[in-house]
Amino acid sequence: MAQFALVIDLNTCVGCHACATNCKEWNTQAAFGPLSDFDPYGREPQGVWYNRIMTYEIGEFPNTQVFHLPKSCLHCQDAPCVPVCPTGASYKRQQDGIVLVNYDDCIGCKLCSWSCPYGCREFDEADKVMKKCTLCIDRIYDESLPPEHRKPACVLTCPAKARFFGDIEDPNSEVYKVIKERNGFVLFPDMGTNPANHYLPRTETKIHVEDHFLKHDNPLFLEVLRRHHTKT
Amino acid sequence: MEIGGSFYDRKAYSTCYMCACRCGIEVYVRNNKVAYIKGNDAHPTNKGVLCAKGSSGIMKEYSPARLRKPLLRVGPRGSGQFKEIEWEEALEIATQWLEEARKKGPYKIAFFTGRDQMQQINSWFSCQLGTVNWAAHGGFCSVNIAASGLYSIGGSFWEFGEADFENTKYFMLIGVAEDHSSNPFKLGIQEMKRKGGKFVVVNPVRWGYGAVADEWVPIKPGTDGAFFLGIMHVLFKYNLVDWEFLKEYTNAPWLVIQAPGTSKDGLFYRNQEGKPMVFDKKSQSFKPADRIVPEGLDPAFIGEFTTPEGYKVRPAFDIFADRLVRDYSPEKVEKITGIPAKDIERIAKEMGTIALYHPIELPIEWVDVWGRKHKKTIGRPVSFHVMRGVASHTNGFQTARTVFLLMMMLGVVDVPGGFLNKPPYPKHIEDLPKPYKITRPDEIGYGEVYPGPHLGYLQNPDDLLVDEKGNPVRIDHAYSWWFPLTAHGLIHNVIPAAYEKNPYGIEVLMIYMANMAWNSSQNIPYIIKALTATDPAGNYIIPKVITIDAFYSEQVAYSDLVFPDATYLEQWFALSLLDRPPSAVDGPVDALRHPIINPQENGYDVRGWGDVMVELGSRLGLPGFVNPDGSRKYKDFKDFLINWQIRPGVGALAGWRGKNGDKHFVGEPNPNQLEMYIKNKGFFYYKLPENMRYYRHVNKDYQEWAVSVGFLKKVAPITFNFYLETLQTFRLAGQGLWEGKNQPPNDPILRERLIKYFDPLPFWYPPFEEEVSGKDYLLYAFTQRPQWMYHSWDSQNAWLRQISSRNYLYMNPKTAEKLGIKHLDWVWVESRIGKVKCQVYLTETTEPNSVWTWNAIGKMKGAWGLKPDADEGTEGFLLNHVIPHSIKIGEKEIYYGDPITGHLAWFDTKVKVYKAEDQTPETYPQYEIKPLPYIEERWIPVLRYKP
Repeated sequence: MAQFALVIDLNTCVGCHACATNCKEWNTQAAFGPLSDFDPYGREPQGVWYNRIMTYEIGEFPNTQVFHLPKSCLHCQDAPCVPVCPTGASYKRQQDGIVLVNYDDCIGCKLCSWSCPYGCREFDEADKVMKKCTLCIDRIYDESLPPEHRKPACVLTCPAKARFFGDIEDPNSEVYKVIKERNGFVLFPDMGTNPANHYLPRTETKIHVEDHFLKHDNPLFLEVLRRHHTKT
Repeated sequence: MEIGGSFYDRKAYSTCYMCACRCGIEVYVRNNKVAYIKGNDAHPTNKGVLCAKGSSGIMKEYSPARLRKPLLRVGPRGSGQFKEIEWEEALEIATQWLEEARKKGPYKIAFFTGRDQMQQINSWFSCQLGTVNWAAHGGFCSVNIAASGLYSIGGSFWEFGEADFENTKYFMLIGVAEDHSSNPFKLGIQEMKRKGGKFVVVNPVRWGYGAVADEWVPIKPGTDGAFFLGIMHVLFKYNLVDWEFLKEYTNAPWLVIQAPGTSKDGLFYRNQEGKPMVFDKKSQSFKPADRIVPEGLDPAFIGEFTTPEGYKVRPAFDIFADRLVRDYSPEKVEKITGIPAKDIERIAKEMGTIALYHPIELPIEWVDVWGRKHKKTIGRPVSFHVMRGVASHTNGFQTARTVFLLMMMLGVVDVPGGFLNKPPYPKHIEDLPKPYKITRPDEIGYGEVYPGPHLGYLQNPDDLLVDEKGNPVRIDHAYSWWFPLTAHGLIHNVIPAAYEKNPYGIEVLMIYMANMAWNSSQNIPYIIKALTATDPAGNYIIPKVITIDAFYSEQVAYSDLVFPDATYLEQWFALSLLDRPPSAVDGPVDALRHPIINPQENGYDVRGWGDVMVELGSRLGLPGFVNPDGSRKYKDFKDFLINWQIRPGVGALAGWRGKNGDKHFVGEPNPNQLEMYIKNKGFFYYKLPENMRYYRHVNKDYQEWAVSVGFLKKVAPITFNFYLETLQTFRLAGQGLWEGKNQPPNDPILRERLIKYFDPLPFWYPPFEEEVSGKDYLLYAFTQRPQWMYHSWDSQNAWLRQISSRNYLYMNPKTAEKLGIKHLDWVWVESRIGKVKCQVYLTETTEPNSVWTWNAIGKMKGAWGLKPDADEGTEGFLLNHVIPHSIKIGEKEIYYGDPITGHLAWFDTKVKVYKAEDQTPETYPQYEIKPLPYIEERWIPVLRYKP
């Protein structure tokens, strides 16, 4: 069975928030919009975002590492948000594994957001319904878009090319391959949610200095050095 | 919920203006509203991607801060009391003010433009006004990098050139860079990382791009120059030097006269034809440097020689080597920078061995200017990028020079895997334009044209713009003895100088797209005083302030007359090769903006500055705007873009010139040119053939083509200035030994400054603030740029301000512990000029001598369409309040800047931080302006954007 998902490369993500705002601008105007923004010009501007970037630091100076972690609905294969929904509004599609909310059936009880261990659901207080990442279902199947644009907005816009989209169950897909090749991992694997979205870990490039290339008795350097010794 | 079906009515291609990167965009419109903005797949700058700012352009278009009609001030400056007036009245008032000022002397008009992307046109407009007083914003941005690059290699970073991300194996990013440039850098960093390259970040802060760095070098602010000199020490020690590169392409082997106390000292030893000389080891004789390649000379790099005339001479490299060995061993550099000596040594060895022993070979044949055919193109895959982190210190010019010299030593200038120029760069350094010289500000009279250019590159003291007493001719003190190699003008000095009437008062100050009343100035309390001060009769000391801006900024609130600008989606605009070029490394690029949305239909009675400029120029009858019979030359700005020519055949846009659009670069105006740009997705990209893409400083085919399109004046080697003789001419002037016409005033402080800092070889000295603040103010305070906001100004942007609506003072926990400060405490940040209250955020990402914050998020209450209780004006703060705008040297108060270029040294600021007694969560000092009434009406409780 197909399972569409995002794979996010933490080795190139610089935390620029491009995916978040491009998601916002696409989705507010598209099939599942608008995404309300409350008090947009006031003290506590807060809106509905399908995609948010968390930033973490670990380690003590100077051995500090910084991670930017883009986070959106992980389209879990065993999505806890689905069985808890009293009306069936929260559902997982058979054909592609995308988890969606049917706004018409949502009663705004928020049970799904309480059950989501990732905090990836966004309640729209204006519409009184739960909203969340749809993997841009209104792009990926839209035949009026050129084929190369039938991808989630966040993937197309990412300047660090840190986002991959595809079917993680298809061994021929790019996402399947990068997960395998680069040790893709999921968030909270022990929660039993079996998230579809994966992350690729940071790696560190090190250079081995080849000592044989170094000229330890560079005569020009020694000449200048001698000069200083003579002077002093 | 319907899926599928076209989501837009129409689609247009244009150029983004959410920051300065000039990415291509696809704008999708529904019901005459912007539905979606996507990166343009075909555009060479961003290749389809778009950053957080570009993706939030919709919220700029529909910002509540947008001005809707011209404004005339009715209350005191800064009160926010305006009346809306019709365009006709606004244009008449401006015409009258400018005309009166011109009659008193055109230089009484000062026009300074901020994030200006039409600099050539705005400069030309100022020329027509007759004023010498125009510049854009480079003086506070990165002129140190531009100037040191142009003087050193005839090119520089950012719009002048960038790393060859495709081929580089080692990329070092130095200092604050997240804004310059946005998408190209992210694309580049990921590409080089994916290919296994090493990414090193040198920055007191690990954030942004630093997150994905393979190594973080947490340097102490202002010490980068010492770090690079330490690296060069190690490279020299282990012979990790590309001697062939230095020999053929730089003046490192040229002989420098050692004759202290004479007018020849420190100048190149030249033969009777004026040709610089080297000492050829093969023939043991002096030979002209231009014979190195043709005769296969083996010039000495080390040694002292005596010429037949009896001069003692040394190769430039020898003098530098002396310095490297004496002053910059890794152990000495560790004491300055805080970077362990073993790390300096290792880093140098890493970059040195990769550059020298892991060259790349591209199967590309090319021919050099000496006629030698190269079967392949050799590259050295080590690259660098420096920007404002290095630029914003009083040692910024010399520090940037250290990087350019390092690049020369490694042989990585304009080679595959190294740094690549973007055409029209590189340029012959001796052919760079000079500012048109006048020796009195009133030399250009009413009705006359200042021939221009306003900005450029001096070769020696005789090119300065000073009067016979040595006083500045320009209001911003650019090209004066105090700031000789200004290159981009000094916008940050204008308001203080106009207020102090130093060197003279002005009549009209015009500001376009710059927030000089707030985050683009320093010492804001003083700036506010300067803008509001009156003479005994009650008249403002800066009599008239005209601002052109689309939004209700602090600068607008402190203006007398405001022209409401159209947004980037509403106006004609050229991203020109005459300006800071939007080019790619593979070839020149220029681009267009055009009206996609009609502002009038959305209730905004606004006009793009270009249209206003044409209107003002025509009404004033300025020479360039009218025909001999007095009739208008240009109908509007669209007409201007098509037909204006700076010289015959060369206009704002280079593509599709000639009557039928069949000529590029040079050709008569094409009436359909702009439509051709639109048809070609908004840009023109002339991709050069492979054999013209590298070694352009000596690439014959490239240079012949560059001459044919006017980029270069000749086919000849562009010799890199390892040794910058121009600086020595100023040093000689300081010593009283310059034989030219211009002599510095007999001021010992000035003369000492020229002698000390105008060293033709780079060296490190502590930032100036160290001497005046060092003992009492132990921490460096500076700003970094949030990738999601900076350069898009508009913190009022409804989406971006949800990411950050306020800033903190970031600090290392160990530093805080010593000061008794806890996470989220409210503190005072105090410098020698004042203090600002803000909230602390502890982080291990910051080296212990530094505190920092995001720039430009703190706003004046009431500005930018924000409600008065918005975070930006309450808990957010502006560091600029404590950044000095001047410094006392001896008994003299001098504008704060790099002594060579005048670059504003924002990041020199030193502070002490202590816990505030009053923990009330609010910043101080507080300023407040009244929002315009119609802005208040736009404060909706919920925004539900779906056109």
